[in-house]
Amino acid sequence: MGDMNIQAIEQYRSDFLKEVEERVEEGHWVKMCMQCGVCSGSCPFGPHWAHPPQEIFMMIRAGKREEVLSSDSMWMCTSCYNCVVRCPRQLPITQIMHGLATYAHRLGLAPRNQPTRDFSILFWENCTKTGRVNELKLTLGVYFREGLMAGIKKAWNMRNIGFGLLLTKRLNPFELFKGHACKDQKGIHAMLKKAQEIEARRHKLPA
Amino acid sequence: MAKKEYAFYPGCSSQLKASASNYLVSVNAMCKTLDVKLTTIPDWNCCGASISYAGAGELPRHVLNARNFALSEQHLPGQDIVATCAACWLGARETKEKLDASSQLLADTNEALKAAGLHYEGKAEIRHMVAVLIEDFGYAELGKPVVKPLEGLKFAGYVGCQTNRPFGIAGESFENPMYLDKLVETVGAEALTQYDQKVTCCGGALAFSETEKAMKQIKDIVESAYDHGADMIVTPCPLCQANVEVYQSEINKTHSTKFAMPVTYYSQLMTVAYGGTPKEAGLDGHIIKPTKLQEIAVKVVPKR
Ligand code: SF4
Ligand code: SF4
Repeated sequence: MGDMNIQAIEQYRSDFLKEVEERVEEGHWVKMCMQCGVCSGSCPFGPHWAHPPQEIFMMIRAGKREEVLSSDSMWMCTSCYNCVVRCPRQLPITQIMHGLATYAHRLGLAPRNQPTRDFSILFWENCTKTGRVNELKLTLGVYFREGLMAGIKKAWNMRNIGFGLLLTKRLNPFELFKGHACKDQKGIHAMLKKAQEIEARRHKLPA
Repeated sequence: MAKKEYAFYPGCSSQLKASASNYLVSVNAMCKTLDVKLTTIPDWNCCGASISYAGAGELPRHVLNARNFALSEQHLPGQDIVATCAACWLGARETKEKLDASSQLLADTNEALKAAGLHYEGKAEIRHMVAVLIEDFGYAELGKPVVKPLEGLKFAGYVGCQTNRPFGIAGESFENPMYLDKLVETVGAEALTQYDQKVTCCGGALAFSETEKAMKQIKDIVESAYDHGADMIVTPCPLCQANVEVYQSEINKTHSTKFAMPVTYYSQLMTVAYGGTPKEAGLDGHIIKPTKLQEIAVKVVPKR
């Protein structure tokens, strides 16, 4: 991870905009932003964004690489698409936020213990393992990410919810052992591996 | 009415004993009345949802969706793919539009799919169940099978985000979509058209990771439904349904509120109005019981 970051710094020198354009999903749109600020007023978790989207776009152009990539802000995106339907320049802002967060994670620059980062990774691993989400393991994974005691506490706090879902047949305790699954898991794993290889090539990531 | 057939993408939350299993139950009952045949795409996989992005990256996400398209084209040629989950539909539509627009991305996707012995032609259309109802039937047609109008019930139509943006339902506005209110009126209930939290975000998947922040959103959504005199909230999205229903007890604990607002699916309203039993409408799947809907569902109506 660290190596990948050093490699990127060397390759792009101080041209962070170029780095974003080449390596971040939909990054080539960043230069189209006209700084109107509409997106920044659209985020549901607005007050919790240290740098709202408009500011992030400005910072990218100003070359503030460390500040952007180590920011907590992109991880506040709820994928609500408010910004996308309002942006006068039609930037795919949601994808850019996700793309920046993903890139920061891959370089090892994303904030440690960022809960949405952890959940995102957990979700991906969970759903690609068998091809389908195991909701029980996903939920337990969230509760126990900060260790055993914290997990027990969280699970205890949420016990009414879990119990309610159980009673209404919306949570299956046996998913711990055997959950829903696709038949061709081998095929799914092979195609995803291939997709990752191709993506690395396209985004000019070192092999 | 002639039978209509679609390839069906249920999505993970709709599966047996998953968080939105009662959504699927009611969709099945509704489709039976409307003479719609849904054939599940064989061996479909998870769409990745919006939240998997940091693990997924771009291409793997598209490949995951394209696998479902390819399977659908192979086994159910010529049929539109219908999804009931907002996030599944959005993810799939996004992939479809990206692949349509870029031959490079399409070629890359097919190169990866080959590893699973599949190929995507780019033919299948991706539609949300609500769009199917409105476009392939229309409100008048949907009103015909109503045998138990939901008279006297007041619904706050909570559309949420992902059924509404960025694609939405054709002809509707993003800031004030009317289709859910119209569906409510179609089944004989009262739509609270002034409900102002209609398109507010519930926090989505971040209800898991940023629970406090999401609970503030959910509090606004429920509070406004009370302020407008709603008996229930109705939504087309399984994640909205789960978040807005499930966190009310937590909000009550932290804010000393007394929330107990049922949150239902449009398909449950339709099933009950079409004369379905509480079980067929999935009314047994709620933590906060939709009692008033239940009362109508158990009423016996004379056969017509
Ligand atoms: S709404 Fe669009 S143009 Fe305006 S600041 Fe945001 S990204 Fe830039
Ligand atoms: S999609 Fe993300 S960036 Fe856009 S308004 Fe919603 S939270 Fe903000």
